[in-house]
Amino acid sequence: MLEIKNLHARIAEDHTEILHGVDLTVNAGEVHAIMGPNGSGKSTLSYVLAGKDDYEVTEGEVLFNGRNMLDMSPDERAAAGMFLAFQYPIEIPGVATMEFLKTAMNAQRKARGEPQLSIPDFMKRVKEAAGFLNVSMDMLKRPLNVGFSGGEKKRAEILQMSLLEPKLCVLDETDSGLDIDALRIVSDGVNKLRGPDRAMVVITHYQRLLDHIVPDVVHVLSKGRIVKTGDKDLALELEKNGYADYVDAAA
Amino acid sequence: MNASVPIKHTQAESDLIGRFDTARGALTGSVAVTALREAAVSQIRDKGLPHRRVEEYKYTDLRAFMKAAAPMAAAADEATVRTLLDSHDAFDGLERYRIVVANGAFLPGLSDIEALAGEGVSVASLTEELAGPHGAQLLASPKSAANDGVLALNTAFVQGGVVVTVKEGAEVSRPVELIHVAASAGAQISRNRIVVAKGAKLSLLETFAGDSGDGEINTVFDYDVADSASLATTRLIVGQSHAARLFTSITTIGAKAEFKSLGFIAGPRFTRNQQFVNFAGENSNAGIYGVTMARDEDLADQTLIVDHAVPNCNSREFFKTVLDGRAKGVYQGRINVAPHAQKTDGEMMTQALLLSEEAEMANKPELEIFADDVICAHGATSGQIDEDLLFYLRARGIPEDEARTLLVLAFLAEAIEEYGEDDVTEGLEARVRDWLTGH
Repeated sequence: MLEIKNLHARIAEDHTEILHGVDLTVNAGEVHAIMGPNGSGKSTLSYVLAGKDDYEVTEGEVLFNGRNMLDMSPDERAAAGMFLAFQYPIEIPGVATMEFLKTAMNAQRKARGEPQLSIPDFMKRVKEAAGFLNVSMDMLKRPLNVGFSGGEKKRAEILQMSLLEPKLCVLDETDSGLDIDALRIVSDGVNKLRGPDRAMVVITHYQRLLDHIVPDVVHVLSKGRIVKTGDKDLALELEKNGYADYVDAAA
Repeated sequence: MNASVPIKHTQAESDLIGRFDTARGALTGSVAVTALREAAVSQIRDKGLPHRRVEEYKYTDLRAFMKAAAPMAAAADEATVRTLLDSHDAFDGLERYRIVVANGAFLPGLSDIEALAGEGVSVASLTEELAGPHGAQLLASPKSAANDGVLALNTAFVQGGVVVTVKEGAEVSRPVELIHVAASAGAQISRNRIVVAKGAKLSLLETFAGDSGDGEINTVFDYDVADSASLATTRLIVGQSHAARLFTSITTIGAKAEFKSLGFIAGPRFTRNQQFVNFAGENSNAGIYGVTMARDEDLADQTLIVDHAVPNCNSREFFKTVLDGRAKGVYQGRINVAPHAQKTDGEMMTQALLLSEEAEMANKPELEIFADDVICAHGATSGQIDEDLLFYLRARGIPEDEARTLLVLAFLAEAIEEYGEDDVTEGLEARVRDWLTGH
């Protein structure tokens, strides 16, 4: 599904290199966790995958179902099935959440040559997904993320993910700012989307999230490279011993 | 008389003075009205058209813009007006009553006079009223607009318009659209007085159809909102035109009254929309909104002066501007609070979104406060589309052009939504989309 080969990326503005050769392969049906200390390049990796032009790729390649993803615009990547759940979902004043959902879903359908959703069909899908994630109609009527609490923003992200039905989900610190109940709702929402045709990359600082979203593979990212790969027990070990061993190893 | 050195007239000023001499016979009015017209044309003769060294016109130099003045439009052909009205639907099928002014004259035959009478609304011809004993009062200027050049141009040449009166306690069930139709080329100069009597309620839509060619359009709206009355006015200035579009509102608000207005500008080459709002009674509210779009070489000016002359009134001024190409936007807003106007609450905000490097916005919010127990705030911002917002939308699969359109619409919709006249929201947002897609 996703093949990242020797990926080097830097900040476009000042040319600071953040990723120094990331290699990662994620197959359909798998959930991979990427853990690592602050500043290791986790968020940069997620932005590079989504196509944010604040970053420049200087070397390496990213294949998404065999296609060169780096040649695609952010909206083309989304239509092809890439979804980034943002660490800090942005407030968009003046754009009602419901209207935004409809625009995004239909834009992707159009790009894929599929027919537009009828209003009843759209409403049915939204109501079902919103109900599961405990997202109220009142929230859906409000401008996107405006005045939403931290938990509401994260639930809204997962709602979008559920409705857009991506093939590859990248979750950037989806657990940050969540209390225990919200963490459970969000995790349940994510787990519901797990399936043989879908891959997930879960980026997190803490093992806590991985109790709820149990990964198949765990990677440690440090100083822009993957320095260790293991199974879910690696996350437990990190929780116990911290990142010190790996930070030194990468240095 | 003023003994200062006479100014050298521009072509347009010479044209205007000549036009007055030519039109004199056709310009109706009582003796007092004729005197006001003479005084107004003298002002143009002595001071010329307003220009950049007049503070109120610093960014909107009408003298430099107006190269010539076209003759007055002749009386409209009713069949032409009908055809233009048939293709005019600025609010997408909204149920409303209609009042038609064409080439500066009221056309009762095309207006819903009887239906309006049934709602307690009477409509009279300004042209006839000007000839009557109270004619001169209909051309009165507020103190804050004294010597205003655009208003003087209107007074000198006003052809007609309507006097609309909503009787005491009448709540008009549908919006009333006052349509100004330019049925042929030539200057179109009209003035309308709207009286909303005690406890009455009206939603007025002001629209413009047709093409005046080289002729300027100069329209004055004089609103009298009585005690406990409510008036909302939506002014829609859309479509392309190369001659000046000049609009003046004069508003007097009584006690416990509500006044709201939205000035919507999208398309003309040169637009000035100026408002003079005066609180004359206590415990009243005014919400004054603006939505402006300009591109290419367009100039769009929203100017207002709000006089809090009495205590205990609230005013909110909220203006949004989107500029592209080499367009220029102007916002000049001033809130005056008189010495005894305690407990005034005024909040003014002007925000501009610049879509190109060469677009230019002049934001001038001002407060002039002489009372000591008031809450007044003002602010101004100018910025570009937020790249992070754009990325977020694109990351959800929305193509760049569509995402930009969505963000511009969202930016402007904040003012439309706060204006809060639900009947017209959809129509206004459709007109924003028209502009964005170049229609």
